[in-house]
Amino acid sequence: MSDVIGYERGRPGEDPPYLDPNYGSTVKRAPAKPLVRLEHTLTEVTGPGFADGWAGPDKTDLTRQGKGEPIGERMIVAGRILDEHGRPVPRTLVELWQANSAGRYMHENDRHDAPLDPNFTGSGHVITNDNGEYQFVTIVPGAYPWRNTHNAWRAQHIHFSVFGPAFATRVITQMYFPGDPLMQYDPIFHSIPEEAARNRLISSYDPELSVAEWALGYRFDIVLRGRLQTPTGI
Amino acid sequence: MRLIPTASQTAGPFFKFGLDRPEWADLTGGGKAAGEKIRIEGHVFDGDHAPVPDAFLEIWQANAAGKYAHAEDRQEKSLDPHFRGFGRCSTDKEGRYHFLTIRPGAVPGRGNTLQAPHIAVRVFARGLLKQVMTRLYFPEEPLNKSDPVLGSIEDAARRQTLIGSADGADGAAKIYRFDIVLQGQGETVFFDV
Repeated sequence: MSDVIGYERGRPGEDPPYLDPNYGSTVKRAPAKPLVRLEHTLTEVTGPGFADGWAGPDKTDLTRQGKGEPIGERMIVAGRILDEHGRPVPRTLVELWQANSAGRYMHENDRHDAPLDPNFTGSGHVITNDNGEYQFVTIVPGAYPWRNTHNAWRAQHIHFSVFGPAFATRVITQMYFPGDPLMQYDPIFHSIPEEAARNRLISSYDPELSVAEWALGYRFDIVLRGRLQTPTGI
Repeated sequence: MRLIPTASQTAGPFFKFGLDRPEWADLTGGGKAAGEKIRIEGHVFDGDHAPVPDAFLEIWQANAAGKYAHAEDRQEKSLDPHFRGFGRCSTDKEGRYHFLTIRPGAVPGRGNTLQAPHIAVRVFARGLLKQVMTRLYFPEEPLNKSDPVLGSIEDAARRQTLIGSADGADGAAKIYRFDIVLQGQGETVFFDV
């Protein structure tokens, strides 16, 4: 059997390290031993598919999950899932979750003294279309305090989970908002060494995506690892 | 032109309401999948050997015949309509997880090698800025000796962290225990995938 064609690997500085003492929770959870390099096999170049609807009907409007409308600033977030060669990733599962407009998650362990919103769970998922595009309607998430250091606040963010075509392409990331002053103090955002790689996580305000009298538009593309080029015999 | 891939960020502690799908811990389609039913269970531990209650695992594996439910697996083996090969499970307050699945068949490796039956495992958690990836192999599996990935780990004690241990049965399903130690003594081998 001929060898499978693997996927590109991350480059130094473009992904966070496991251990970053500025983010205290990494200290006891970061692997201490070096990773063992694994050349991609059939196991890593295959992965779960969701295009047949196995994950259930798309849940793309987070403002219509309750009896009434959630409180907060309505927004649209839309973008494309691409690979690093710029090719769209069609028919893949995108999941997102976030705090409500007051900065509180629908989670029993979130003890932030801010109100829950009975009309907002903050979770959704969608299968990208044939052009790799996705779109959600939601509420701008609030910033919230965390106990990493005294008076620490997470920058406003939305969590995104994406599969892509293979076990090797899966990523979970966070989307940030342009101009948020909290980003410069956020050690999770700053765990990514390279500025250009950090900037990939900042969405852009898109007036074309905004809908008059209704919602602000933010654009956020997610780039997955690409396929190694087929050897061409040069 | 190359685009910079989107960097990983931690899943944080509050992913459950977004990602939790308890039904995805059963890969057998309610028992309909072909093959030997097995239960995989274990804990996730941190560097103090304390349980990690805010992690989740995902697994990916071939079916009983050794074929992946994916277009790029072109082996002439049968797909099982009741088996997708993907599972997800969050850890509970004691750091425990479990999957009900089937014993995977052997799949090809690189070159003309054969890989021992295995399950690819990834873990996300608060405090993990990026996922860790490992593999579960089965004890008393003759193909383990010639498995190229196991063979790439020189230290026998480290290699052993990838091998589940038989631990009784849950009804007809054999139980394999597979603890994941993120750091320190007994640290699980994690792969650069």
